[in-house]
Amino acid sequence: MNRTKGDEEEYWNSSKFKAFTFDDEDDELSQLKESKRAVNSLRDFVDDDDDDDLERVSWSGEPVGSRTRPGSFQSLSDALSDTPAKSYAPELGRPKGEYRDYSNDWSPSDTVRRLRKGKVCSLERFRSLQDKLQLLEEAVSMHDGNVITAVLIFLKRTLSKEILFRELEVRQVALRHLIHFLKEIGDQKLLLDLFRFLDRTEELALSHYREHLNIQDPDKRKEFLKTCVGLPFSAEDSAHIQDHYTLLERQIIIEANDRHLESAGQTEIFRKHPRKASILNMPLVTTLFYSCFYHYTEAEGTFSSPINLKKTFKIPDKQYVLTALAARAKLRAWNDVDALFTTKNWLGYTKKRAPIGFHRVVEILHKNNAPVQILQEYVNLVEDVDTKLNLATKFKCHDVVIDTYRDLKDRQQLLAYRSKVDKGSAEEEKIDALLSSSQIRWKN
Amino acid sequence: MAFPHRPDAPELPDFSMLKRLARDQLIYLLEQQHEVDKLYKVENKPALSSNEQLCFLVRPRIKNMRYIASLVNSDKLAGRTRKYKVIFSPQKFYACEMVLEEEGIYGDVSCDEWAFSLLPLDVDLLSMELPEFFRDYFLEGDQRWINTVAQALHLLSTLYGPFPNCYGIGRCAKMAYELWRNLEEEEDGETKGRRPEIGHIFLLDRDVDFVTALCSQVVYEGLVDDTFRIKCGSVDFGPEVTSSDKSLKVLLNAEDKVFNEIRNEHFSNVFGFLSQKARNLQAQYDRRRGMDIKQMKNFVSQELKGLKQEHRLLSLHIGACESIMKKKTKQDFQELIKTEHALLEGFNIRESTSYIEEHIDRQVSPIESLRLMCLLSITENGLIPKDYRSLKTQYLQSYGPEHLLTFSNLRRAGLLTEQAPGDTLTAVESKVSKLVTDKAAGKITDAFSSLAKRSNFRAISKKLNLIPRVDGEYDLKVPRDMAYVFSGAYVPLSCRIIEQVLERRSWQGLDEVVRLLNCSDFAFTDMTKEDKASSESLRLILVVFLGGCTFSEISALRFLGREKGYRFIFLTTAVTNSARLMEAMSEVKA
Repeated sequence: MNRTKGDEEEYWNSSKFKAFTFDDEDDELSQLKESKRAVNSLRDFVDDDDDDDLERVSWSGEPVGSRTRPGSFQSLSDALSDTPAKSYAPELGRPKGEYRDYSNDWSPSDTVRRLRKGKVCSLERFRSLQDKLQLLEEAVSMHDGNVITAVLIFLKRTLSKEILFRELEVRQVALRHLIHFLKEIGDQKLLLDLFRFLDRTEELALSHYREHLNIQDPDKRKEFLKTCVGLPFSAEDSAHIQDHYTLLERQIIIEANDRHLESAGQTEIFRKHPRKASILNMPLVTTLFYSCFYHYTEAEGTFSSPINLKKTFKIPDKQYVLTALAARAKLRAWNDVDALFTTKNWLGYTKKRAPIGFHRVVEILHKNNAPVQILQEYVNLVEDVDTKLNLATKFKCHDVVIDTYRDLKDRQQLLAYRSKVDKGSAEEEKIDALLSSSQIRWKN
Repeated sequence: MAFPHRPDAPELPDFSMLKRLARDQLIYLLEQQHEVDKLYKVENKPALSSNEQLCFLVRPRIKNMRYIASLVNSDKLAGRTRKYKVIFSPQKFYACEMVLEEEGIYGDVSCDEWAFSLLPLDVDLLSMELPEFFRDYFLEGDQRWINTVAQALHLLSTLYGPFPNCYGIGRCAKMAYELWRNLEEEEDGETKGRRPEIGHIFLLDRDVDFVTALCSQVVYEGLVDDTFRIKCGSVDFGPEVTSSDKSLKVLLNAEDKVFNEIRNEHFSNVFGFLSQKARNLQAQYDRRRGMDIKQMKNFVSQELKGLKQEHRLLSLHIGACESIMKKKTKQDFQELIKTEHALLEGFNIRESTSYIEEHIDRQVSPIESLRLMCLLSITENGLIPKDYRSLKTQYLQSYGPEHLLTFSNLRRAGLLTEQAPGDTLTAVESKVSKLVTDKAAGKITDAFSSLAKRSNFRAISKKLNLIPRVDGEYDLKVPRDMAYVFSGAYVPLSCRIIEQVLERRSWQGLDEVVRLLNCSDFAFTDMTKEDKASSESLRLILVVFLGGCTFSEISALRFLGREKGYRFIFLTTAVTNSARLMEAMSEVKA
């Protein structure tokens, strides 16, 4: 994103709410640090005995573990004695499930109401389709999902699946409950049948694809993904599934190869930087990073080469450069970094170009502890002057700062900057030389 | 700092009763078993206990049943006989029993229920601790928890009297309300004649306002939740906060005096406050110089403990602030907030889109990237197809292809959608949405989900004036409206709706907003002619969030309460934030 400093200024100046800054180290944080010191200095005086008050977590903080000792047991009537209403724990002594009900003449609506109360209630006498559907409709109109599911379990057992599916197709609420129920109990077969019946092809495909998450063995997972490739996904998702399959296929090859190289101990890069984890099942970008780290110079023909990955998965330039930069900077391979941004025009002149903006390049380099000379080179390539000055100041690229103020003919700023460089350093000398130069026509 | 309540603000009801009630029920259930001496967390591994009886306290989920079944069956194989008891909380589901039956252990285990559904996390906050509510209902359309909500409301009305004024918005809100009413009718008489303590109840579905829940929080309590995750009202502060080598579990509620004063504050005010506090504390300690023996004795016996307590709390919160600052500086929070505000206000969409893109490309964080995409989608009524495709592709490349499933979930829930091409669709759309709402059976079929759930955020924001027009600077020290919880940039939609309805005591005049929220059939009011309600109780409002609420919303309503002389009480299925919402939708476990 190439948001310029100017834009930012304008945004904040025109905006009506005050920004509070997290990075304004100068005032609030230091104020906070001061307070902290003050508080800590009191420690000698207070830190003696009990560690109690904060660690002791009351009942509400520790829901199950802290059973009250029998001695402190309060009877229910004790607990309630000061309250006016007495009836809010009606069935405490008799678990609901024990209410058995053998009566046979409950109406559908009575039955559903009893089910809601958790009473065991036989549904067997609802044998005609009409009765079953009436039961279901009563359950739906009562809104209790538990009861809807209870009726569905009964219907699933006593109706053929064609009839069940057909009736649910026009009862969306009940249908959603059945789908969720099948997902939860893991009845994948019936679920897929249902989606097929409903002609919900995409859900069918996704549901099948989901199963791969349960397969740990990489080869088996790959084979499973292969079966997903032809499924009726949307055109867009089909491409993603194909990519998923191809990616795992590549990872398996790379993994086998690299594990071998690593254990053989002949390859320098693996000796110097042993792998921290296997590359199997990692995202594409992580795989690209890995390949830029371990296999940067490989020819396009090999599966593990970055260029091969870029082409196979149509990785956009921006993403590629970002990842390659991070990987090469981590290895401190500054020549590779340089080459990433160098382009030649048709006359053979070289030019530096970065699809991600040089301010980002600088940040990434800094994160990887690039030396000042390297940083400086890229800070200089930042086009926007304010951003450039900001970055140069932040990362102590003195030469860039000094040269920029010189070019801006800003004597005041240069003078102010003098206090920020080390006494007697080359930078100070350079500033002094500039300040006393008679050739610059300062603007202030 | 720390605005006091108006002198006429009503007292909060006493929730400690709920705790006692729940505790006693559990003790009762456990006492029935002999000698339950230790509880283990149910994990998918063999039980090590050599006891003759095992007792499981579980949520009613299939996978818990499978675990128990495997345990019982392996005991059976080993020829071992034990007694097993399963206590379901808050209730047993038929599907669970079915699994016990299928696994052949029905009858071998006995079942019980612990109807514990209201955990008082604070003096004004009750949580049902059901984070799964969000996914179960808003993604899967499963209504299993609606009865739990209705039961909880029933319990509250038995304890604290009937609610004379009821309002609600959202399909789930309406269903929960209806089921609760049925319950009250069935168990008629209990609340009759009781004086209401709580004058109003407001039920709200999370999908009425996804935007607020997706924003980064900048009020202290919200920020602590986003950074450290508050669980069950307490937080684990690691060594980076405690400046020692151990972690500390700290309860965060109104009893922590320091926390109570900063919890609702915008983060930028917190530093100043803590510094001031530290100076005061120093001064109080300094008084001991020049004391004679008697004074010193007095000081030690009466003040020292309080000062020490405050000192501890202060250093903890200072440590937390420091740690938050460090983390936020590192992740370029400034830029992130700027992007969020741009999305809320609807300008520089291209720039925001490329910011999100870069976020993804650099693999900053899968959850954050997802959150930003959802925010873009909802504020813009869906992504334009080209952006949708390219962001999705880059996301899959950066974070893994299996997230294809996550995208499918987000689309079904209406959190991340693709704009339908062309304007011709509006005609079809209105037809479809009419058809869909007309059908009592259900709101949406998958094919039309993106159409039926158009968010219309921009239009709603205009109607309800969610982006305050302020001349000059927004002074976060002296908030003028609820927008302060988002740095003055945005009034939380959920809270604004509540404010407007309470002002009108109805939905009158809000028809257009309700229509834009796709809730024409799901906005309701129900007033009982109740002259017993005292004027004090009429200023006490219970807000029920179905699918979770954030600390920012709680802070905003606490602020509104102070302004208007109300007190709000919150009941939520769980405290949530953007990361929890995204994780609930994610198909790949982090």
